[in-house]
Amino acid sequence: MKVMPCPLNGPRPIQEFTCGGEVVAPPDPDHADAEAWADYLFLHDNAAGVVREWWYHVPTSFWFIADRDTVTDEIVRTFLPRELFGPDAQPDRP
Amino acid sequence: MPLGLLKYGLRPRRPPDRLLPPRPELKRAYDTVIIGGGGHGLAAAYYLATEHGITDVAVLDKGYLGGGNTGRNTAIIRANYLTEEGVQFYAESLDLWRGLSNELDFNLQYSERGHLTLAHADSAIRTMRWRAEVNKHFGVDSELIFPDEIAKLAPGLDLSADVRHPVLAALYHPPGATARHDAVVWAYAARAAAQGVELHSDTEVTGIQVESGRVTGVETSRGTIQCNRVLQAVAGQSSLVAAMAGFRLPIHTVPLQACVSLPLKPWLDPIVVSGSLHVYIWQSARGEVVIGGATDPYGLYANRSTLEFAEGTLLPVLELFPFLANVKMLRQWAGMCDMTPDFSPVMGVTPVENLYIDSGWGTWGFKATPVCGKRMAELIATGRTPDLLQPFRLSRFAEFEQVGEKGAASVGH
Repeated sequence: MKVMPCPLNGPRPIQEFTCGGEVVAPPDPDHADAEAWADYLFLHDNAAGVVREWWYHVPTSFWFIADRDTVTDEIVRTFLPRELFGPDAQPDRP
Repeated sequence: MPLGLLKYGLRPRRPPDRLLPPRPELKRAYDTVIIGGGGHGLAAAYYLATEHGITDVAVLDKGYLGGGNTGRNTAIIRANYLTEEGVQFYAESLDLWRGLSNELDFNLQYSERGHLTLAHADSAIRTMRWRAEVNKHFGVDSELIFPDEIAKLAPGLDLSADVRHPVLAALYHPPGATARHDAVVWAYAARAAAQGVELHSDTEVTGIQVESGRVTGVETSRGTIQCNRVLQAVAGQSSLVAAMAGFRLPIHTVPLQACVSLPLKPWLDPIVVSGSLHVYIWQSARGEVVIGGATDPYGLYANRSTLEFAEGTLLPVLELFPFLANVKMLRQWAGMCDMTPDFSPVMGVTPVENLYIDSGWGTWGFKATPVCGKRMAELIATGRTPDLLQPFRLSRFAEFEQVGEKGAASVGH
């Protein structure tokens, strides 16, 4: 069984999670053209090696970020979005 | 029956012929380089040589010919898609498959056995009816049938009403077929090589040379090659090869696993698919039950097998065919699928001039081998994208003109 270390719930079976895709900055909504949006929506690095992705724990509706190796199937590290995006990125949970 | 097989049978002595020539030295320059020695790449090489007279071609593969997804898929051929673009494309492939053993003079064990996509809900029946009507409009044989007819086609299938997902109807596609996937590789490779195409296995591409927006060569583990044109046909590695040329693709690479049982007496003619249960099953000519399911839940570049797949796929199979409960599994494997957002392939020109792409084959690539090879060869030879490939161009994403084929993917992913 593959285990994902969730920053909120601790180690849980990976079947409880959904991968939300690569962490990429969305285009500036005021200035981005259609091409920039298409790029953001559809094109991926899809790298072989350590990638940084959004992950979601479905039962607790909890988003976090994982560094994961797509060649060895190892999870390197998981952490809260505020580490990348500052304290406003995710409110404290009860 | 292919004529060559008959002649071979009537020969007084039958010395084994060497099918493929030994690997030649790598030249410093070729007209066309094809990256990827699977079914698609070799088919393109064959049609380039036979239909367009382009024989100064090198097919490069980092492993052995057909060792990628051509040897890892479950060999199902069908054209019962949902979109008009998809149905027309796969219908041409069906036409080519039917004559392919004769054309290549090689027994591909092409076997039309019918294809059943089960509907377990009213919404699924509506989709099956939709697919059947689109199919018939383009001359593809498909029909909605109900449990009385399903029972005749698939003995042993549990059609009772008191199960978790009762079978309410099915999309029946009589031309649904299977073929020996390795034979497809060997036949295209042999016939292309006979025309002068060079086959270079164990030759890994490590870089693509681009000068002022135009491809000029490829770097390989055996030296650098200059060339005028490059086709990349590397299912499961498309993003990595595209990155060598400096562009990104709408692709996410995910493993898909499959397994086969020990051989059983022949009992099942058609291919049986259940999108709701996320499984498909057919019986090979050897008697093995071939079983596949949904792709893995997250992306990987690894061909590992998991217990989660075996459990999650075989339990629904027992809901369909309870008598298989005591049958042992023989082997399990995985391939890497280049999944696209709209479940359609990506074929045609790229941002780099004279670099052509054949990718995005997700879980639906084997059946398209002949048509894709033929039409990609036409594009490479003429420089014009054939009408049949136009809807599948890479730029459709930037133009927001996707070809939504998810409703006809064999199982939910």
